[in-house]
Amino acid sequence: MAAEPVKRITDIGPPHYEKFLHPVIQKNYGKWKYHESLGPGVLVHVSETGDKIYTVRAGSPRLLSTATIRLFADLAEKYCGGYLRFTSRNNVEFLLDNPANIEPLKKDLQAAGFPVGGTNNAISNIVHTQGWVHCHSSATDASGIVKCVMDALIDRFTNENLPAKLRIALACCLNMCGAVHCSDIAILGVHRRPPKIQHDILPKVCEVPTLIASCPTGAIRPATVDGKQSVEVVEEQCMYCANCYTVCPAMPLNDPENDGLSIWVGGKVSNARTTPKFSKLAIPFIPNNPPRWPEVVEAVVNIVDVYAKNARKYERMGEWIDRIGWPRFFELTGIPFTRYHIDDFKNAGLTYSRSTHIRF
Amino acid sequence: MADDKVKTPRLDELEKGPWPSFVKEIKKAQAISKTCTDLLGQLELSYTEKKGHWKHGGIVGVMGYGGGVIGRYSDVPEKFPEVAHFHTMRVNQPSGWFYTSNALRTLCDIWDRHGSGLTNMHGSTGDIIFLGTKTDELEPCFKELTEAGFDLGGSGSCMRTPSACVGMARCEWACYDTMKMCYTCTMEWQDELHRPPFPYKFKIKCAGCPNDCVASIARADLSIIGTWKDDIQQDDAAVAEYAKTVDIQKDVCDRCPTKCMSWDGKKLTINNRECVRCMHCINVMPKALAPGKERGATLLIGAKAPIVQGALLSSVLVPFVPAEELEETVKELVRRCWDFWDEYGKNRERIGELIQRVGMANFLDAIGLDPVPEMITAPRDNPYIFFKAEE
Repeated sequence: MAAEPVKRITDIGPPHYEKFLHPVIQKNYGKWKYHESLGPGVLVHVSETGDKIYTVRAGSPRLLSTATIRLFADLAEKYCGGYLRFTSRNNVEFLLDNPANIEPLKKDLQAAGFPVGGTNNAISNIVHTQGWVHCHSSATDASGIVKCVMDALIDRFTNENLPAKLRIALACCLNMCGAVHCSDIAILGVHRRPPKIQHDILPKVCEVPTLIASCPTGAIRPATVDGKQSVEVVEEQCMYCANCYTVCPAMPLNDPENDGLSIWVGGKVSNARTTPKFSKLAIPFIPNNPPRWPEVVEAVVNIVDVYAKNARKYERMGEWIDRIGWPRFFELTGIPFTRYHIDDFKNAGLTYSRSTHIRF
Repeated sequence: MADDKVKTPRLDELEKGPWPSFVKEIKKAQAISKTCTDLLGQLELSYTEKKGHWKHGGIVGVMGYGGGVIGRYSDVPEKFPEVAHFHTMRVNQPSGWFYTSNALRTLCDIWDRHGSGLTNMHGSTGDIIFLGTKTDELEPCFKELTEAGFDLGGSGSCMRTPSACVGMARCEWACYDTMKMCYTCTMEWQDELHRPPFPYKFKIKCAGCPNDCVASIARADLSIIGTWKDDIQQDDAAVAEYAKTVDIQKDVCDRCPTKCMSWDGKKLTINNRECVRCMHCINVMPKALAPGKERGATLLIGAKAPIVQGALLSSVLVPFVPAEELEETVKELVRRCWDFWDEYGKNRERIGELIQRVGMANFLDAIGLDPVPEMITAPRDNPYIFFKAEE
């Protein structure tokens, strides 16, 4: 008799979150009254019932081995019944009902190399993408630059001494798998040369009409090369977005000498005080300089330091720049203003200064 | 090539310094999988040549699903055969990224058996990322995952894995149950999550208050952002307590975007009709002020990163939906949006770009919503109006 076929399980969705919640959280779900900061990386939330839950937040490199996840699991069992979570910025948070465990947990985390902090007016962890570790379209690495920038800014993670919170994000190409376009400081990998068309493989691996339609500026045209159907690129119309490469592998843009990074400032997603805004261009290009990217680190640290020194309490980066104006931002940071800072894409005119409001 | 002693002088530089090192993580995982040794080798090559060595993805996956696995192949497989295929699996995270140590260990056990032992906790959209495995391991890994109660997340032109802030689990500002909403959407649209049916991706993010800790307004095609309709809840005694340490005039009233608050040294007065629910005063004095009791959410549509036609922030679609009507409203509205997008969206056109192309008014007609002034910052300033012939 044939064995009963095993039913294949599909479409079950994620496990229900309720079974992962600390008992104090289950009991006080939706009943939280207020919270207080107990120092960098430590919060207490107090319920209407009087119950309290303590949070200890630590930074992580996001790219974690299962060995490190097991270490987090061990620490959670040792100090908080095994209950933990991760934040939207790749920090790990331990959820404790016993405040006596806060200091020992912090010590264990720090001893294992995971800094505690990232709360309130600190720099939180850098949201980032895969880079050379695992991406085909990256113009730069991601994890390596994040590591170098955070090495330099770690005291801003473990202290809450900035005017307001400061969110840094990194994306290794314009696809922006991280939400870098609305960050206080965004580090963005860029290409600077048009795709190098591989005519020999193009007809085999790409649909030409889809490829032509993929270009936002209409720079790609059909062409016959050596008797074969292919495309040509009107190079002066190319702004190196790489959307063509995404739909057609025969259009690579990677170019070690010309790829690199750009830096953008003043974005935010929160609605607090001012409305959410995009990050704006500060530095158009910095060459890739692995393994430690000293020019990027220096540029980011400079912007953070100038902001920390000049912004008023509660002013996010973009709110500070709005108050002082862009000319002063460039003057204070020493960043040169260039033709690349002036928008020339759609709706570009909206960022031209259309008044005589000028600070001298 | 899979020799533990692969030389990585450049990567070794990234083991130095106080911030936790991803290179140390990859080296730790060498004990789990020899793929990590070739990964280090290839990464060192990238660091030497200043360029990536992964090829364009290919179509790989688990049976019956059109997403959840990202195909990844090395362009130097002869040098690093262990990472010749090194695919990503996206595993749908639990709402709010809450775990028990047991659940994490289960995930680690499965991944140690079937993959590189490397993860991202988490990917940008919110999934648990299992980073690097071979084609043959996909189906067995998926089987173990589903048996343990986990499932894959989205990739490609599908509804991507929804995500949510911590919400009511640990935040007093949650104006609706974000984690429940996220779970409900995920379960309602399992088919759209696993079998890409759309012109491009569609992201849903649930934020409990206007602080928007999941960046929904920047990243979600549908942003569900908690808010309230009635007055800010105010505890005068607690305000007086804050006055000892906070300069209420300067740090609260003067920072209010609509200047709807006044402080006479004893009493804080809020003109709630003028309040835009920005959260600043509540953020500064969480023990004294809280969102009102009539809670719900604002629905906004269309955020995206630059590719293809430029970045967009979400814009208001429904100014307020009461919390108790939120699930039904979102389900109905999302279906209507998808119907229109399916019909008119071009290949790789996000819904926000479609709205830009056809105009918000036409989009509203199509989904059966009336225009309201909360949707705009100002009426049009040009006279090029497409009047309808019948009006």
